[in-house]
Formats: sequence, structure tokens, C-alpha cells
Amino acid sequence: MAQTERVIEMKGITKRFGEFKANDNINLNVEKGEIHALLGENGAGKSTLMNILSGLLEPTSGEIYVNGKKAKIDSPEKANQLGIGMVHQHFMLVDKFTVAENIMLGKEKHNYGFMDDEGAEKDVKDLSDRYGLTVDPSARIEDISVGMQQRAEILKTLFRGADILIFDEPTGVLTPQEIDELMDIMKKLTDEGKSIILITHKLDEIKKVADRCTVIRRGQSIDTVNVKNTSQQELADMMVGRSVSFKVDKIASVPQGPVLEIKNLTVKESRGLEAVKNIDLEVKAGEVLGIAGIDGNGQSELIQAITGLTKAESGTIKLDGKDITGEKPREVTETGLGHIPEDRHRHGLVLPMKLEENMTLQQYYQKPFSKNGLLNHGKIKEFAKKLIEEFDVRTQSEESTAASLSGGNQQKAIIAREISRNPALLIAAQPTRGLDVGAIEYIHKRLIEQRDNGKAVLLMSYELDEVMNVSDRIAVMYDGKIVAIVRADETSENELGLLMAGVSLEKAKKELAGKDIKAGTAGAAGAAGNAENDGKERATVANDETE
Amino acid sequence: MDIVSLLQLIVSSSLVYAAPLIFTALGGTFSERSGVVNIGLEGIMVMGAFMSAIFNLSFYSTFGAMTPWLGLLAGGVIGILFSLIHAVATINLRADHIVSGTVINLAAPALAVFLTRAIYGAAQTGPLARSFGFSDIFLLEKIPVIGPIFFQNTSGPAYLGILVAIIAWVVLFKTRFGLRLRSVGEHPHAAETLGINVYLMKYSGVMISGFLGGIGGAIQAQAIHNEFGILTVAGQGFIAMAAMIFGKWNPLGAMGAAIFFGFAQSLARIGNYIPIIQDIPGVWLQVLPYLLTIIILVGVVGRSTAPKDLGNTFIRSK
Repeated sequence: MAQTERVIEMKGITKRFGEFKANDNINLNVEKGEIHALLGENGAGKSTLMNILSGLLEPTSGEIYVNGKKAKIDSPEKANQLGIGMVHQHFMLVDKFTVAENIMLGKEKHNYGFMDDEGAEKDVKDLSDRYGLTVDPSARIEDISVGMQQRAEILKTLFRGADILIFDEPTGVLTPQEIDELMDIMKKLTDEGKSIILITHKLDEIKKVADRCTVIRRGQSIDTVNVKNTSQQELADMMVGRSVSFKVDKIASVPQGPVLEIKNLTVKESRGLEAVKNIDLEVKAGEVLGIAGIDGNGQSELIQAITGLTKAESGTIKLDGKDITGEKPREVTETGLGHIPEDRHRHGLVLPMKLEENMTLQQYYQKPFSKNGLLNHGKIKEFAKKLIEEFDVRTQSEESTAASLSGGNQQKAIIAREISRNPALLIAAQPTRGLDVGAIEYIHKRLIEQRDNGKAVLLMSYELDEVMNVSDRIAVMYDGKIVAIVRADETSENELGLLMAGVSLEKAKKELAGKDIKAGTAGAAGAAGNAENDGKERATVANDETE
Repeated sequence: MDIVSLLQLIVSSSLVYAAPLIFTALGGTFSERSGVVNIGLEGIMVMGAFMSAIFNLSFYSTFGAMTPWLGLLAGGVIGILFSLIHAVATINLRADHIVSGTVINLAAPALAVFLTRAIYGAAQTGPLARSFGFSDIFLLEKIPVIGPIFFQNTSGPAYLGILVAIIAWVVLFKTRFGLRLRSVGEHPHAAETLGINVYLMKYSGVMISGFLGGIGGAIQAQAIHNEFGILTVAGQGFIAMAAMIFGKWNPLGAMGAAIFFGFAQSLARIGNYIPIIQDIPGVWLQVLPYLLTIIILVGVVGRSTAPKDLGNTFIRSK
């Protein structure tokens, strides 16, 4: 890039929501033909800034220059006219419409008001060929893959002549292969002279594609750096505002008596097939037991059975010595269970309700939160305030709705609620899904703390790094069974990868002893081959094989 | 009665009863496709029926045989005015759609009957001057066998309704306006980011529903009851909404469902002539349309897919 033409310059952007400053005097400049990353924690104000740039929000103060000219972007159309297009995190696509209809909507190809479907589909085809964004113009959005939906969303902005594309956390919903494709697409677009703003909190993606990176923390722009000369560690530290550790610090565990005892447990999933097959499992006080495995090997069903959300088909579950098989979730909770659910929106929070109400969801009927059937709002508020402070949940107030919080803070709120009850067993299912490094570090620390306080922790995660870093022992699930239980400090990613693909422990050990780490090209071994990459990628590879 | 005249009786009386439902169900389709639930259609039908009755009684000497047809327009216009209340309440003031619709349903009969009393001194208008009666459909009546069954001595408004249903289908699925209207009912925020005026589209949907619902009421008064009173509409708006759902928010489906409901309603009238059901007590046949409505709503709603953003309030992001 010889020319350094500034296509976007945002100066001193401030956006207030009431008392809360989502953006506080932010500066951002984007040069032509670059991929400019916008890095920040969940809720740092990245999306707000980009909504301002794309005309969905108006800044309280500050100036925007597009191609050197001062611009007032007061509507999405205005942004379109200026050549700014946004690829939204939650796609702005109409499910029931075809790809072509979605792309054309608002700028339809028509004859006297009648739709020209064929012409539209041809135009879309031409456009998709030109940029190498493969889509089927006549397919309905609801029938195509997430990756193709995203390509349709990108084409939508290109069709409107966008020169500056904003990608809002584009990889969250993609498979590893689709992520690679997207990275290629982004590079290709900049080759064509487009400029890209990439909103993300994933450091490896920034390192992979971005030229420069502006870091935003708590609504303020911290710095703009050249990605080539900056390490992931430096980026992470800047984003969080302190030194972040990717490794979990922990002392050796001191396991005591069993807290959770599962015997011969069988659970059926919703279609009536056996998802968990005759499992025995024990979690002791003072240890973190990790459950590793590829998505869909019975982990979710196992957890649902323990928490009482699904009925066990047969077998027994004992918590703290009490048989809780078939008990209702409330009984199980009262017996001493904390549960950070896999899907925080479906099972973790009541999104339209206030944060304070969410924080007392399991205790509202007990004293002091309730007396003679009436809620004591004063106590509830007091309790919520205490937790918000203690767990650093960033929210405007305890009366904000759970929906208004960012993902990381929603998760913190759940963890605050679960840990505050000091349960004998804490189940954490995918506790860091979609969170940034700062939040991940914090949550891991809390899990270890729980363990060090002599409680039992059951961690289920599809991310191998997470399972290996946090757990003391690891149970690997494959096809509804626990194929092996290994010690975290004695195993390797390769070994776990093989186990997750259904290879038995002896075989895995033999294979790894026989070959070098580089080995493993085909079959189940291939699944373990990419161990250096993130656990997910291998998981997907192996998943294809099991299906 | 020979088979041709029996079939003619069944077809024509089904269509007579179906005609108001066709128009109102089409109206509901437009409104709901834009994302606005319009249970106020019942009330809008009442106003349409009331207005057409007044028009009919006031202008028959001027317009002669054209009077009922022009009465449809009168009903449609008052329907638009009434639907505007619903539009302002739900779109601008963000009221709950059901609550606003219920208000219309409660207010319309009260207002209409009050005005009827004020004008005519009784709760009913008394017989209208010119009703639709039965007519032959130009040229089609001459087709052998089919002509007598379907196109002779039949309901003119119903055939107009069928024509309007076809036009509505083209408008919704083949035009730019239709695409935009549907996009607003499915994903208004996506539409907004593409520069579509979401409010305008929702207003269009609701006003079209008011127009068609008003016409539906006008047919009900001028073709079936031949007067206006508190019992003129009595639930037809709700049955039309059931037809809309049964028809999966598709104009042609809604039309088909409306004809089916029209058939069910007509059975109470003509059941005596149909050999198989002659012996069923009349009261059962009268209950039948409502029973069918419930069964269909319970049985079909689960599987049919409403517009995705139906019933939600659209708030501009700003």
C-alpha cells in the first residue's frame, strides 16, 4: 500500500445512553485498501461505534470524515450512499426470501413495479462470480449454510456499491473452514481496493488478516498499532488494560471425598435415542473434572440429567450423598448444585427481566428475598448490587434487563449467581463460549477458586485448551460413553484428540509412542493431526467422520 | 331437485356466505404480512356494514342498481379510516396489537348502533333499498353444465373477491411493493438498513386491510342480512382471520379457506335440501362454522408459519 488515503476518519466520537458513555472521545482512521481491526472486550463499545458509522445510531458529539469530506451519517441509506456497508453479526437477512431477493431488497430490479426475478438472479450471479463469493441466488436463506448466508450479507453491501465494509464479529457463527474462506474473501476484497473494518475480540484472527488494529477499552480508544509489530500478548494486554495470562495459574489439587457419584446412567435425547450410555462418573471435592468431546457425543444430555432438566432413563445420580435421580431442578439446586448452562440465553437468564431478578432466580422464594409470599425488593437489590460489585459485572444498573448486557457480562452475572450460593458441585458447560480473553481468564480463575475452596467442579467444554488448562482430570466422551479418564498433567492434545475420535486409550498411547507428533494424516489420527490449532477445528474434522 | 340445481344451490349459497370472508381474510393477510396483527377486522367489518347500509338507504335513488357496488366503496373508505386508529396506535404509539384491535372491536359496534339509533330511531336500519341479490356472470354463464352450476344465479361480490384474491397474490409475491411489505413483516430491521420505510409499509398493510375489511362488512350487510344491526357481522371478522391463518397468509389460500368457511355457514341454510345431512338438527349446522374455526385454528396454526416479526413493535434504532 503505497498510498495512504484516509477513507474514514472518526474524531472525538462520544455516544451517551443516559448517564452511560458507550463511546467516549474515540478516534479511528482507516486507510484505503487495508483491513483495520477494531479490538475490544465484549461491551467495550465497538458495535456502538460501528452503528454510528453505518447510520444506525447518531453520535452525541464528534465528527466523521468519509474520503476526506465531513459527513453526517443519519440513516443507513446515507451510509450506503457514502459507500459504507455493514456485515452484521446477526445477519440482516429475511429467512423466507431468496438470496437474490435479500440482496436486491430496497434496490429491486423491476419492470413497472413487477419483480424481475430472472434479471435479479443473473445480476447476483455476476456479482458473486466477480468477487468469488459463491452463492445460489435462487435458494432461500433458511435453507442455506451459515457461511453462504454470510456471503449473501457481504454481497448485499457490495451490490450497494460499498467501498468500506464493516464486519461485525463475523466469525462467531462460522466453522473453522468457513473462517478460513472468509479470511480469503476479505483479503480478496482489499485487493480490489475495498477497505475493511473488522470488529472482533479474537486475537488470532487479527494476526492472520489485519494490517492495523485500533484497541478500544471501556468506550475509549487506547491506541492504533501495526499488527505485524505487535504480539498477541501485547494486543490482549492493551484490550484488557492489564497483563493477561493465557495459561491458568493453579496449584495441585487436593481431592477429597466424592461429591457427585453417577452409576450406570443412561439418558435418552429428544428423539428417543440413547445419548448417554451406561456411564459411571465421580467428581470429588477439591477437583475440576473436565469433560472433553466433540459436540453431540452425549455431554449436553449428561449435564441435563444431572441438573434435573431431563429424566434419566436408568441409573443413579448422587449429589453430596443424596440420591437426586429424577428430582426436579429446584430440589437438585437446593441439594447443592450450581449450573452455568451451555446456552445462557435459553437456560441461564430470563432476558427481558431485570438483572437483580435474574440474580435471585433460584432464591427469590427463600428468606430474606421473600416473606409470606411477597418479594422483598430492597433485599433483592442489595444482594444484586453486592454481586455486581464483587464479580465486576459491567451494567448500567442492577435494574437493567439481562438482555441489555454484553455476552461476557451476562455470563459473569450467571457465574455470580451460581457461585454465590456456594454449591457443593458447580457444573460449568461451555462457560467461555463467545467471550474475550479477559473474560475467559476471569472465569477460569473463578472455577479454580471454587475448587480451591474444597468444592467440586464439573467443566464441560468443546475447547480442548480450556479443558486441559482448567481441569485436574479429564473424562473423554465419545458416542455417549466415557472412553477414558486421564490426568490433565499426563495427557497431550494429541492423545485427547484421538480419544475424542473414539480411539481407545491403549491404542492412542501406542500410536503416539510409535509415531512422532507430526504423524497422523488420515482417519482418526488425522483428527488429532492439527493439535496445534484450536480444538474446535479438529473437533469438526472428527465430527464429519462420525456422522 | 335434480343434481345440477342442487349443486348450483350449494355453490351459490357457499359463495354468498364466503364473499365477505374472502375480502376480510385478504385484508388480514396484507396487515399481517406487514407484521401488524389486526384482530380489529371484526370491528372494521361492523363499520363497513354500517356505512354501506346508510349509503344504500341514502343514495339508492341516485345510483339505482349500482348502489350496492358503490356501497362497497363507502364501506371500504370507512374501513380505512377505522384502520388508521389501529395503525397509529400500534405503529407510532407502540400499543399492543391485540389490545388496540380489541378496542376497535368494542368501540365499532357501540358506535355504529348508537348512530343507527340516532339516525333511524331503532337498533336496526330496517331493510336496505337495493341488495346484491343473485346475478349471472357475464359470458361464463353460457358454458354448458359448468355455467349453470357456477355462474348462474350466483354471488357477484364473491367473484369480485376471487378476482381481488388473484390480484392480491400478484401484488404480494410478484411486485416490488409486495416484497417490501413482506420484508417488513419478516425482519423490519433488515428492511430498515436497506432504506425501506418500515412505517410506510406497515401503514400500507393496515390501511389495505381496513379497506378490504370494510368491503367485507359492506357485503355482509348488503348481500346477506339486507340491513344493518348489531348481529350483522357477529363474528365474521374472526372467522375471516381464521381463514387467513388456514390459508397460511397466502391470498389464494385465504380465499380457498374463506370459501370453505362460506360453505360451512351455508349448510345451516340449505342443509334441508342436501340428502345426506337432511336429518342433522339445524342447530348443529349453525354451530358448525364456529366449531370448524376452533378445530382448524388449533390443528393448523401450529404448523402454519406466520410472518416472523408478526405482532412485534418496530422501534427505530436511534
